[in-house]
Amino acid sequence: MIPELGNFALMLALSLALVQGSLPLIGAWRGNARWIALARPSAAGHFVFILFAFASLVAAFVGNDFSVAYVASNSNSMLPLYYRVAAVWGGHEGSLLLWVTILASWMGAVALFSRQLPPAMTARVLGVMAWISAGFLLFMLFTSNPFDRLLPAARDGRDLNPLLQDFGMIVHPPLLYMGYVGFSVAFAFAIAALLGGQLDAAWARWSRPWTLVAWAFLTLGIFMGSFWAYYELGWGGWWFWDAVENASFMPWLVGTALIHSLIVTEKRGSFKNWTVLLAIVAFSLSLLGTFLVRSGVLTSVHAFATDPRRGLFILAFLALVIGGSLLLYAWRAPSVGLGGRFALFSRESLLMLNNVLLLTATATILLGTLYPLFLDALDLGKISVGAPYFESVFTPLLLPVLLLMAAAPFVEWKQAAFRDVAWRVSRIAQASLLFGLTAWLGWKFSPTVAGGLMLAVWILLGTALHLLQRLSARGHGVSAGRQAARQPLSYWGMLAAHAGVAVFVIGVALVKGGEVSEDASLRVGDSYVSNGWRYSFTDLRKVDGPNYVAARATFEVRGADGSVLMLQPEKRYYTVQQMPMTEAAIDRGLTRDIYLSLGEPGADGAWLVRIQNKPFMAWIWAGCLMIAAGGLLAASDRRYRLARHAASPEQAPAAAVAVS
Amino acid sequence: MTRRQHRLLLLAAALGGLALSAWLILSAFKKNLVFFYTPTQVLAGEAPRNRSFRLGGMVERDSLKREADGITVSFVVTDTARSLPVHYRGILPDLFREGKGVVAQGKLGADQRFVADEVLAKHDENYMPPDAAYALKQGRQTAKVDK
Repeated sequence: MIPELGNFALMLALSLALVQGSLPLIGAWRGNARWIALARPSAAGHFVFILFAFASLVAAFVGNDFSVAYVASNSNSMLPLYYRVAAVWGGHEGSLLLWVTILASWMGAVALFSRQLPPAMTARVLGVMAWISAGFLLFMLFTSNPFDRLLPAARDGRDLNPLLQDFGMIVHPPLLYMGYVGFSVAFAFAIAALLGGQLDAAWARWSRPWTLVAWAFLTLGIFMGSFWAYYELGWGGWWFWDAVENASFMPWLVGTALIHSLIVTEKRGSFKNWTVLLAIVAFSLSLLGTFLVRSGVLTSVHAFATDPRRGLFILAFLALVIGGSLLLYAWRAPSVGLGGRFALFSRESLLMLNNVLLLTATATILLGTLYPLFLDALDLGKISVGAPYFESVFTPLLLPVLLLMAAAPFVEWKQAAFRDVAWRVSRIAQASLLFGLTAWLGWKFSPTVAGGLMLAVWILLGTALHLLQRLSARGHGVSAGRQAARQPLSYWGMLAAHAGVAVFVIGVALVKGGEVSEDASLRVGDSYVSNGWRYSFTDLRKVDGPNYVAARATFEVRGADGSVLMLQPEKRYYTVQQMPMTEAAIDRGLTRDIYLSLGEPGADGAWLVRIQNKPFMAWIWAGCLMIAAGGLLAASDRRYRLARHAASPEQAPAAAVAVS
Repeated sequence: MTRRQHRLLLLAAALGGLALSAWLILSAFKKNLVFFYTPTQVLAGEAPRNRSFRLGGMVERDSLKREADGITVSFVVTDTARSLPVHYRGILPDLFREGKGVVAQGKLGADQRFVADEVLAKHDENYMPPDAAYALKQGRQTAKVDK
């Protein structure tokens, strides 16, 4: 009964979305206030029905209702409760429902927090979002309904893929989808602005906090996916440049470009067309990512042949959203105007350079990700594009981005004197150059690692110097603390995010340059020395889990510094899916991770063991978290909450000189 | 320099930069493409020498051998028509099984030994990487033609 109610709620939500997508938009066009006023209540109703449908599916999973086909293929009565809830988004259909649920939540949030917006603008934004929701709901109801019954009902479910039975599964997909779907708000704002013809600094100010929050969530989502892959896949890799990861990385790169170009649009009124285009591209790539990962295109292009309706629908939907919005853009954008002029050397042009570099990086990833799929679909041959391509192309594109990151905040808007900026950053440039040379010649790091460390130090020093200058440029009688408290949160957000990139770069450079990985064949009682650490295999026993059996090895690890650790890697065998899994044991530290994983047992009782020492791994994660925190800090800036004055020009001098 | 000349110069520089980066990207792309071959194709001499490629098919039953050091392994990959031995040092993936699909990436040595530096057994419901399934299909077709 509950699944049928859930299904019915989806249909009601679809009809509400159709109302919300048509009447308020027409109302905004004709100036009909009553039709415009429909937008908010219908968004609220839509949210309630979607939430009900989502809760129904959760109930089916919690109650082990194996007469629902989707539950039967993604869950099992032996599965612990929290994984049964997470299994809701373990497959294609449920992921779509999660997507729509998060979209409905964003829509509800827009309806709630948009009181200061002109009603026509709100109506247009909500109307555009309703169309996106309607598209997804149609797709679900016609091709991938999570509530479809299975007759006769299965006695028990096929279980969730053991790889997914992890804490990461509980948080990673919702975080990632919060990011993907969050870009729909930026997209809807862009389309609404094109429809209404209002594209100005006020528009950018409304759009910015939403974009920042979405971007921060996407950062967290990608971080969580990488963090999860690191410990769960069992072999210590954290980024593989595979199509699934690339699909989430591309919208992140474009989103990064977007939050920077929104700054220019808000502060200077320039880049308006460009910002709108970026918002469209960011959301289009999010859609592409959703479909690439969850529709089976990646396992095989021919997976669509089993259900051609799905493939056709997805292609039509993508064509409609991307093609339609680009068409609208081509039609309306020329009338937008160019905004403030700027000189060749100015913060505007440096941010433009940042955008060009980030978009080029995105294009290279898109080429490497889609080209193999494209060839395969046309039966032109089977190829793959591996990590070497992405690394050799991405790194040189990223270098200028890192160089600009420290210097650009010192450059004035509109027109800057090159000599003045060069004088300001010359000391930190010398200091970081000296540091790089010391790392290379003194500490014997390889040139690449030393170069990475040098860039990280350059960014850290640049960020610190900028803060120092900002704090010392205070009026008479103002204390430094007072001056610090005066800085807008968006300024602190920029500092945190930029410093986070530096911390991330330090981690990547040292892990890539200094990790040691060795395979050894060991029996209980054997010892092995790797990188100055001594690993003793002391014990091996059988362990029973709720839905698996495991061999658990115990290692005593003695460090070069005299520390003693105990690590227990496992080899699990999941009984329902008959699948073996490597459960690595990791000892995390500030300056190194010790990573042990069990391979397969040999005939004579020896086990293959992979022993890894990864220096500064934690810094990669810390950097990601700092970047995300920077986004959230900037989004909570006070000026976005100044509802009444939102449309008037900057009043506070502190805000006028704010960097981000 | 007039403003117009200034702009033209800028435009030329931008276009030049774009062309240069496009050239660099495309050449890196071409250099790093990894092609896929079936054992039949490799034995017919279609696979490149001194360049990494992917070999796919099924792990032949009872072909997995581990050497005395416990780390080096060898197994035979077949597409049912022809088969090719593969050598690998290290830990095999969890889903590696005899009689199941596999894809190995590596280089072909002078003595027709395929030395893999990466062995993939994808996490797929049927334990069959799509590339391996493709190789088996091709192999069966060749086998039919041979008869």
